[in-house]
Amino acid sequence: MTESSLTRIPELLRQQQQALLTDWLDRQMSSSTLRPDLIREQDLREQSRRFLSLLAEAVAHGLGDHIQGDGYRAVSEFLGELSRSRANQGFSPTETATFVFSFKETLFNHLRDAWQNDGEGLADDIWRASTLIDRLGLHTVEVYQKGREAIIQRQQQEMMELSTPVVELWGGIVALPLIGTLDSARTQVVMENLLERIVESNASIAIIDITGVPTVDTLVAQHLLKTVAAARLMGAECIISGIRPQIAQTIVHLGVDLNEVLTKATLASAFQIALKRLGGAILTPDSQRN
Amino acid sequence: MVVLKAESLTIATQEDVVRVRQTTRAWAAEIGFSLVNQTKLVTAASELARNTMLYGGGGTVLLESINDSIRAGLRMTFEDEGPGIADIETALTDGYTTGGGLGLGLSGSKRLVDEFNIWSEPGRGTRITILRWR
Amino acid sequence: MERIPILRLRDCLLVTIQVDMHDQLALTLQDDLTELIVRHQARGVLIDISALEIVDSFIGRMLSNIAAMARILDAVTVVVGMRPAVAITLVELGLEMPGVRTALNVDAGMRLIERALEEERQAGHGRSKG
Repeated sequence: MTESSLTRIPELLRQQQQALLTDWLDRQMSSSTLRPDLIREQDLREQSRRFLSLLAEAVAHGLGDHIQGDGYRAVSEFLGELSRSRANQGFSPTETATFVFSFKETLFNHLRDAWQNDGEGLADDIWRASTLIDRLGLHTVEVYQKGREAIIQRQQQEMMELSTPVVELWGGIVALPLIGTLDSARTQVVMENLLERIVESNASIAIIDITGVPTVDTLVAQHLLKTVAAARLMGAECIISGIRPQIAQTIVHLGVDLNEVLTKATLASAFQIALKRLGGAILTPDSQRN
Repeated sequence: MVVLKAESLTIATQEDVVRVRQTTRAWAAEIGFSLVNQTKLVTAASELARNTMLYGGGGTVLLESINDSIRAGLRMTFEDEGPGIADIETALTDGYTTGGGLGLGLSGSKRLVDEFNIWSEPGRGTRITILRWR
Repeated sequence: MERIPILRLRDCLLVTIQVDMHDQLALTLQDDLTELIVRHQARGVLIDISALEIVDSFIGRMLSNIAAMARILDAVTVVVGMRPAVAITLVELGLEMPGVRTALNVDAGMRLIERALEEERQAGHGRSKG
């Protein structure tokens, strides 16, 4: 666009704000995309009113090429907030963006009245208005997307932590019950978690229980051995418990040397050994009588 | 692959080896490596810097903060004009040593990084490049 | 000359390494420790490395050497406080220091030395006390 004519958008938004709002609301209410099940009419009115007043303030600072500038901060923050709340209310990203896009028709109609017979001026302003509203609409989609990504990331983190709970069984004894398939990435997280917890809880014995691990391959076995070796360097002893018969067979067939590692069939027997190492023991009523 | 930042350090004395460790630590932290990965990288850098000083008769290391559009990483190139290594394959096996050490310098640091490249020619020198992604 | 300070507590020697050591400093520590074990007839050596951010093969070898030399001089060595990241890296490097006793902290390390010496006494090995 060379030598474009002066814009009438700021003036229009300032002077005819009430008329624009009434028009726009009528259109939204009669639109097929209205979701009366998700949002109250009163809230929609309030949101539309605030959007228009913030937009009028923003365009008064100029119709920039981007909406990140100072003048647009308030309106883009408002739309970000709107997008997040609509995501929570169950709107789809399309429905959220439609809120902004639906203003186009109203704005274009009013621009047509404002420019009357000046076709060139009208075309220029329609282009400007269209670009501006597209950017604001896409901004709501972007915020929606980012909100989703943050949720996914948080859930991944939670899952990772959930899948590797290190529990303190007794003063000086921690246990790590492993459940599910171990891949290289998860094993590394598990290993680091366990070693950190050994330091935090000042535990000299760590029991790694693999009852819930369906298979053990060479890589997983090596990771387990590395964990045991690292714990030993830090001054803690590891006991591996819950080795099922098939896994014992696999380990021997794979040629993995577990001779240096203390292994026990069950978590209970590992716990008993651990207590004994710390100078304690479990007394049953029978053993007390003797 | 884009190089975002580069710096070259001289390796001539034991103090230089310490400086290589500290610079590597600062760069790795800046790139955002986890603590364990920082430690692995600094340890590998320490091994290779010592080799450059002891066996290469001194040399340089070039640190490069790199980015390949999806990942960030740190690349280090150790270079000397020393006697070189005649049999690289043997030098890379665990326990092989000419300097009375444990022979884990080369083979061990290879395990601590994602990429390890070595070039050497007897009488001309040695160049080792390591790379670790964040 | 720069040195790592060594403390004496009854019949034990205590070292806390708090600086990023260059190689000569590590070798000096090794010399000083063996010297002092003999001079004070020390029975235990406790090395606290909780401040060390890395242990490479050189420092690892120094720790193994100190433990081996101390054993010949009839003293027990315990290395305490190795950080998780350092331990993981050492294992990956291939350095598991099999001859070195370890403990989580200074307190646990001292108890380990006492227990080891007690076991020796009961087995009738080592120097008699007093």
